[in-house]
Amino acid sequence: MCSYITHKVRVSGSAKGPSGWMRVDTANVYFDHPFHAPLDHALAIDFVCHADGAKERVAVELSAESARELVAKILIALKEGEIAHEQAEMAELHY
Amino acid sequence: MPYRGTIAETLKFKGHNGDEGDAYYARPTAPGRYPGVVLIHHMPGWDEWITEAVRKLALHGFATIAPHLYFREGGSPDDAAAKARDKGGVSDAQVVGDASGAAAFLRARPESNGKVGVIGFCSGGRHAYLVACTLPKEINACVNCWGGNVVIDDPKLLTPQRPVPPIQMTGQLACPVLGLFGNEDQNPNRDHVNRLEDALKKAGKSYDFHRYDGAGHAFFNASRVAYRPEQAADGWAKVMAFYHKHLG
Repeated sequence: MCSYITHKVRVSGSAKGPSGWMRVDTANVYFDHPFHAPLDHALAIDFVCHADGAKERVAVELSAESARELVAKILIALKEGEIAHEQAEMAELHY
Repeated sequence: MPYRGTIAETLKFKGHNGDEGDAYYARPTAPGRYPGVVLIHHMPGWDEWITEAVRKLALHGFATIAPHLYFREGGSPDDAAAKARDKGGVSDAQVVGDASGAAAFLRARPESNGKVGVIGFCSGGRHAYLVACTLPKEINACVNCWGGNVVIDDPKLLTPQRPVPPIQMTGQLACPVLGLFGNEDQNPNRDHVNRLEDALKKAGKSYDFHRYDGAGHAFFNASRVAYRPEQAADGWAKVMAFYHKHLG
């Protein structure tokens, strides 16, 4: 089906688009027919910057399975990274 | 008998509010008068498969135009589709205006026989039904290929862009409708298809519905795993026969 369901996520950061690095403030997330990936449905994310007029985007179209794997790995990376940084800060304090 | 000669090109058409945008147009090259078809793309936009479908219809004798419904957004077709989605999708009124402009383009062509059909896929199937209901004097035959959200139960799905479920406009129809659906589709599911057929029957409209086992959504699209060659071949043959009967 063609779905109009789109989840908008406010994000803060940068992405590398067709003209180089750009700020991003919004991620549009949806599960629908992709434009490019040879899948019936894909988890698509469009990173844009509305503050700059959303003239460009950084896009991905992922299979449902790989999108779930990505979500899991993002959470693991965040958790492990935060723990590692906390430990480094603690070590500096004790140094 | 050799294949019919055709020519395809990207050109400009005037759509809703007189806005000028891109369209893909293909027609037979042999002198003569040909029926026209307005082909409405699916939600991912004005993509390569849409151009293939336009050329296929031209090969079978139909001068066919696929207006780029997201042209106002600018940029590449895929970026334009993303921008349209970001805004909640194009409005029904704008789509009807663009389809009306595309139909006028076809009728103004020297090769036109004066008749125009509409066909759409996925969200474009919904649009095709909407356009046929809204423009009864401009559309002579309608093909709805698995159009989702023609039947809407959840009022939350009604938006300022799409305020009325097209099934409620069935009484305005003035042309025959061909409907092609996959029995494994989730939107429209079997219940949606049955309810649309009931509405057409009760309103005394001319319609021909075909439901395919072993097929889901978008089974014509050879670039997707949903492609079902046997069902697609049968479906395309039904589309051509329907248009030759009602537009020829």
